[in-house]
Amino acid sequence: MKILVAVKRVVDYAVKVRVRPDRTGVETASVKMSMNPFCEIAVEEALRLRESGAATEVVAATVGPSQSADTLRTALAMGADRAVHVLHDPDPSRPLLPLAVAKILRALALQENPGLVILGKQAIDDDCNQTGQMLAGLLNWPQGTFASKVILNKEKATVEREVDGGIETISLDLPAVITTDLRLNQPRYATLPNIMKAKSKVIKKVTPEDLDVDIRSDMEVVEVTEPPKRKAGVILSSVDELVDRLKNEARVL
Amino acid sequence: MAAAQRWLPGILRRGDGLARRLYSSASSLLFDDTQEQFKESVHKFAQETIAPHAAAIDASNHFPKDVNLWKLMGDFNLHGLTAPEEYGGMGLGYMYHCIAMEEISRASGSVGLSYGAHSNLCINQLVRHGSPAQKLKYLPKLISGEHVGALAMSEPNSGSDVVSMKCKAEKVDGGYVINGNKMWCTNGPSAQTLVVYAKTDIAAGSKGITAFIIEKGMPGFSTAQKLDKLGMRGSDTCELVFENCFVPHENVLGEEGKGVYVMMSGLDLERLVLAAGPIGLMQACLDVAVPYVRQREQFGRPIGEFQFIQGKLADMYTSLQSSRSFVYSVARDCDNGKVDRKDCAGVILFAAERATQVALQAIQCLGGNGYINEYPTGRLLRDAKLFEIGAGTSEIRRMIIGRELFKEE
Repeated sequence: MKILVAVKRVVDYAVKVRVRPDRTGVETASVKMSMNPFCEIAVEEALRLRESGAATEVVAATVGPSQSADTLRTALAMGADRAVHVLHDPDPSRPLLPLAVAKILRALALQENPGLVILGKQAIDDDCNQTGQMLAGLLNWPQGTFASKVILNKEKATVEREVDGGIETISLDLPAVITTDLRLNQPRYATLPNIMKAKSKVIKKVTPEDLDVDIRSDMEVVEVTEPPKRKAGVILSSVDELVDRLKNEARVL
Repeated sequence: MAAAQRWLPGILRRGDGLARRLYSSASSLLFDDTQEQFKESVHKFAQETIAPHAAAIDASNHFPKDVNLWKLMGDFNLHGLTAPEEYGGMGLGYMYHCIAMEEISRASGSVGLSYGAHSNLCINQLVRHGSPAQKLKYLPKLISGEHVGALAMSEPNSGSDVVSMKCKAEKVDGGYVINGNKMWCTNGPSAQTLVVYAKTDIAAGSKGITAFIIEKGMPGFSTAQKLDKLGMRGSDTCELVFENCFVPHENVLGEEGKGVYVMMSGLDLERLVLAAGPIGLMQACLDVAVPYVRQREQFGRPIGEFQFIQGKLADMYTSLQSSRSFVYSVARDCDNGKVDRKDCAGVILFAAERATQVALQAIQCLGGNGYINEYPTGRLLRDAKLFEIGAGTSEIRRMIIGRELFKEE
């Protein structure tokens, strides 16, 4: 069985994000970019499933500019077998929406015929948390989101999901779509030998046009601004003053 | 984005010492994709596995007892970067070795120095000059980190004038008997395998030197007092004592009388690889100073906004990046088969002297805090100074460069 893993290149989680001077988006040109942490967990899970014998091949895929090859190389260095890079130069004012990404992944899934598609539950740069669900819908496949445990056999995937009410266990007929949550696993280091081996692994490049996917965005970003600076708190002397401030200044009463 | 960012770092962070990369380096010119990935990987390993111990190693003058850093580095495949794969090595070149040396030294100067002595002075010397039998016997255990390697060249009365060494190896049936002392041997107290130079022919000057492989436990071989160093504390250094130490013939590294070639060509590569140590220390200085000047406030503003401080950061950064460019371009030349003696001397001369100045500036940026041992800047300065002395002093390096230039005209 083959596993397709979607990964995304995002601003590194340790970086302090800054808005561009022209307010069209956030600065990405000179900051450290990394694989989205949830996607690392997705890659790790695919590798563990392969190592357990439940899968035979792990294919990593990403949509992004030429620099996104770095992220695929990270996946290959972790141990993925090969990669597909869908080239797309981003326009900050018309961002690539989850639906467009899902359409691209659908086209890749129809080409690759994986038994399982694993995605991180969301990207830390836009928090959309939509792509996996949309992909399952487009493919008409079952989905298990927010997985904290995955057991795979020939015909079914058993997924423990983290939901507000507790942990829900579901069984999915394969092929299926799974999105990963934090407690699923701890991603490995790319070992030095694997980094060297990754050099010779194949990264296939395609375009959305090659896949016959229309990715036009019908959403325009009007403006991006910094959140308001956090101000120091004030100590009030009485409940009456609190009521007065809430009513007349904050206007929430 | 804001929601994710609030809790992600704390949860995903895999260690408490994770340093941030605060700016892009000129990596597109220095490193290809694989080298960049390699660097990032060693960086993570060093920051998670070595950096948390750095201050305690310095304070106690010991490697940590609860973890075996040698084995951990061995498990991460760091020791045998330049060794062939058949012995458990990675089959890589000096670019990769310098990257590892830089990132390990960034985490801890002491561990970096011991790592350099082990992987370059011992393992790489065995790789370059050992017979197949010697490689098979010694390399696997050194590369796994089970054994520690060292190299001994200098003597109490024979430092920079290394050819004047008095340590004598007298030929006897089946091998040699060594008598004499070696000084300032990094990893000496803990090493199981040591490369030692001794005179086999007193009258022949430099052509009378032979390289030997010494094993801990050989009768007549012992280590004397561990030295109480200014910096690089925990990277154990000592005097070696040879009293009628018998060394079998099969432990000659290279050929009898050819030790000077082993030694001098080894010194060139040693200077190159060790030059990455001060680069790591300079990077560590910026790792400390830049966040500090952002958060430290005087006159109601972060001190990083003041031009005098910005000037210091600029000087530190420029020293780091220019040293990095020099070291890695020479490393690339060496990997391409062009080992230039004056360039190998030049990279460590330049990087080492810059590192000491950068460490002084880091202390100055931190002000009173930089001067107290609660902050790492004092340790970085003490560690940096060693690189102006070890592997041939700055004076020797200048002499080498001048002499090579003179010969070229």
